[in-house]
Amino acid sequence: MSWEPVVGLEVHVQLLTATKMFCGCSSRFGDPPNTNVCPVCLGLPGALPVPNEQAVRLAVRAAFALGCTVHPRSIFARKNYFYPDLPKGYQISQFEEPLATDGKLEFVSAERGPITVRIKRLHLEEDAGKSFHDRVPGMTAVDFNRSGVPLIEIVSEPDLRSPAEARAYLTTLKQVLEYVEVSDCNMEEGSLRVDANLSIRPAGSSELRTRTEVKNMNSFSGVERALTAERERQIAATDRGEEIIQSTMLFDAASGEVRPMRSKEEAQDYRYFPEPDLPPLVLTGKWLAAERAGLPELPAAKRERFQERYALPAADAAVLSASRELGDYYERVVKAGVLPKDAANWVMNDLLALSPDGETLALAPARLVEVIGLVSGGKVSRQAARRVLGEMVGAPKDAALAVAERLGLLQVSDTGAIDGWVRETLEAHPAEVARYKAGETKLMGFLVGRVMKRSKGKADPKAVSAALTEALAR
Amino acid sequence: MTDFVRAAREAAKRLAACEAKGTHAFLAWSEAALVEQAERLAKNGASGPLAGEAVAVKDVIAESQFPTTCGSKILEGWRSPFEATAVRRLREAGALVAGKANCDEFAMGSSTEWSAYGPSRNPVDPTRVPGGSSGGSAAAVAAGAVTMALGSETGGSVRQPAAFCGIVGIKPTYGRVSRYGLVAFGSSLDQIGTLGKDVTSAARLLGVISGRDDRDATSLDRIPLGEPGPAPANLEGTVIGVPREYFPEGLHAGIRAASDRALARFKDLGAEVRDVSLPHTKYAVPTYYIVAPAEASSNLARYDGVRYGPRADGGLKDVRAVYRATRGHGFGPEVRRRILLGTYVLSAGYYDAYYRKAQRVREAIRADFARVFAQDVHALFTPTTPTPAFKFGEHTADPLAMYLSDVYVCTANLAGVPALSLPIGRDQGLPVGGQLIAAMEGEARIIRIAQALERAVDATAEVR
Repeated sequence: MSWEPVVGLEVHVQLLTATKMFCGCSSRFGDPPNTNVCPVCLGLPGALPVPNEQAVRLAVRAAFALGCTVHPRSIFARKNYFYPDLPKGYQISQFEEPLATDGKLEFVSAERGPITVRIKRLHLEEDAGKSFHDRVPGMTAVDFNRSGVPLIEIVSEPDLRSPAEARAYLTTLKQVLEYVEVSDCNMEEGSLRVDANLSIRPAGSSELRTRTEVKNMNSFSGVERALTAERERQIAATDRGEEIIQSTMLFDAASGEVRPMRSKEEAQDYRYFPEPDLPPLVLTGKWLAAERAGLPELPAAKRERFQERYALPAADAAVLSASRELGDYYERVVKAGVLPKDAANWVMNDLLALSPDGETLALAPARLVEVIGLVSGGKVSRQAARRVLGEMVGAPKDAALAVAERLGLLQVSDTGAIDGWVRETLEAHPAEVARYKAGETKLMGFLVGRVMKRSKGKADPKAVSAALTEALAR
Repeated sequence: MTDFVRAAREAAKRLAACEAKGTHAFLAWSEAALVEQAERLAKNGASGPLAGEAVAVKDVIAESQFPTTCGSKILEGWRSPFEATAVRRLREAGALVAGKANCDEFAMGSSTEWSAYGPSRNPVDPTRVPGGSSGGSAAAVAAGAVTMALGSETGGSVRQPAAFCGIVGIKPTYGRVSRYGLVAFGSSLDQIGTLGKDVTSAARLLGVISGRDDRDATSLDRIPLGEPGPAPANLEGTVIGVPREYFPEGLHAGIRAASDRALARFKDLGAEVRDVSLPHTKYAVPTYYIVAPAEASSNLARYDGVRYGPRADGGLKDVRAVYRATRGHGFGPEVRRRILLGTYVLSAGYYDAYYRKAQRVREAIRADFARVFAQDVHALFTPTTPTPAFKFGEHTADPLAMYLSDVYVCTANLAGVPALSLPIGRDQGLPVGGQLIAAMEGEARIIRIAQALERAVDATAEVR
């Protein structure tokens, strides 16, 4: 039988606020342990939470960007469980009446083409501290810097049908959240964390079978590998006639395998109830409308606009709309007068090639435009321009022309010098000249190459071609 | 020696006398701390409304000079690095913290018998409890150690001891006083309240500590209540509602006699006394004992020995075992009982039947009050307690009997409305308290009515 996986994702995203969800402590990552703490985020007796308006704003922005219905009234709830890094013994979250519901995320599945994944809910919550089991031998150390950092949890419906789709969903989600500047989505620093649910069913069926939860994945590729492993495990178990048990599986990135969590570690009753320390979160229609209106252009809209307005191929539009920064960069190059398709080529092939990580843009748009101007003005060759660009990264103050000159890449269009190289070349290759004159005109390319070599690449190829044609016609 | 320092030394003498009689109103106090505060006050030239006044602070309220133990072993020696907003405000008004007043552990109890540090005694009759949970605060005022004290209420914990000790206790509207620094018991019910030797003393302290606080998201956006006015000459035009559910057949005869006398005085003062009904009153105690323990079970989860307080690890490696040992040793029987009860009513499969249903009944109780106050009733008058102060040990073996001593007071906490208790007479030497309840934010109204009644009734006279 052919099996189809049914996958849903729960994504926790840290919001880009300066301070924590319910107190004024810094939410910065990487500070010395237990330095960004106060009575509120340490859960000291008598301390009370007060919501961070900026966190609410970012959560609402994310919800709108994901097409959610944002509820003007939502309720904070307590999720109760004991753990040393959970200072109050409960996490303030949302449960019965979340901030937002019913969103969607659209992207292209490698297997199914364009698909829409429904987003069930998006809610606000606070992070716990961090436990370290390996810092002090035989002890657990706890850092509360992360305690109370604002998060949103985004829960998808089980609309994904392959591990690759799960990965594509995450890539698209990350892109949207970065666009609206809600999170930096840095998985290594833990600002984006993913848990997955997976069940299998006969391909084509619409039933939902027992699912397992998969945890401990720390990269998008890890999610894909973990889900592949869990899918294979469930298929193998089902083929053996075993029942799938609702459980939590932990992914081990080193071995690429999943193993069940000890049942003692799960089976929690969180005893959710409305948080009595916080009144319902009430957002006015006016405030919500302003947040919605303030949303930037989203990736899908930008992609379509680039295709239409600049007549770019879909692939180019997708690359150039990958981030707001890159899209803005491209449009500044076009605004400077570069033809849209040329600008696309320069940005994609030359600029991104210089980027150490494929994202960071090494040069300001005006600098790239300077170099493009050198090529269109016949000052340097297209090939040489790439070297000029590379050199400019390390010399941010030097004019492109000065850099080209320093590298000896300026093209020579002086006819005297070119005529000299042409004459020398023709004298050095009498046989080829004879064959050319006998009608073997494709030898022109060979001869141009020889002249260029003699000029050490500095001659303007167009001028060389013209001079050769003229000399051979004599 | 400045006037402030002299007054502080006098206050220390009164505290010493109170404690020398075995009242045990205080868990911590010292003359040195009083004098130090007075010197600071003198140096800064304070002229606040309570300048130089020594105020007792219930031990569930965070304060930095003394430990904040909440009457519990689990917070033995805990010094709060911050002070409650109410404490900060009383200091800003020039008051001195006299000491930390004894209370039932985490304010769970009605007699101070559940304090891990031993009970307080009722200054009127040392064989009897002072009430609770703010029993230390009430005893300190009744013994004359201080003229005012901070207490806290979740289900009558200021008014009931005020009634037992023959003093005044005010439970303000939910949100009137910041809860920041009040160690949480039942967050949706908790309010800091004030106790005083008379209505004006309790009202003056409330006037100082009330008002919006940005550190408490549930605090009302109102300016402080300020100083109370003078007692009105009469109560012409005032309608006093008498809810019949609070005067059942079989009501304690002394309580009934004292109440009847107070109602007669209201009429003498020109008020109209009207029979009213609060039909859901009978559900108040069961509702309270679902909502309060539910919230408490969550609020008390933080006492795990990880960050503060004694840790009973005994070399145990498993974190669960450390929790069990720490919490098992640290919490007393009543606190454990309520944590278990609260955990149960919030558990999967029981939530709807208990917690959710209790919230609905709570709404009905709230609606009862709203309906009565919408009918031009200015205040309700009821007994504060079903009996005068009981003896030590009378109810400790029977939690339900102990819970029922809060039957007339827990309704105001469930509804969020303000209420106060003032002494209205003595029965066989024991004080009897009368309760006034107002609509939301009606503190000023019941304070005014209480001032008038206070002048018209001889609270030290036997009622039968």
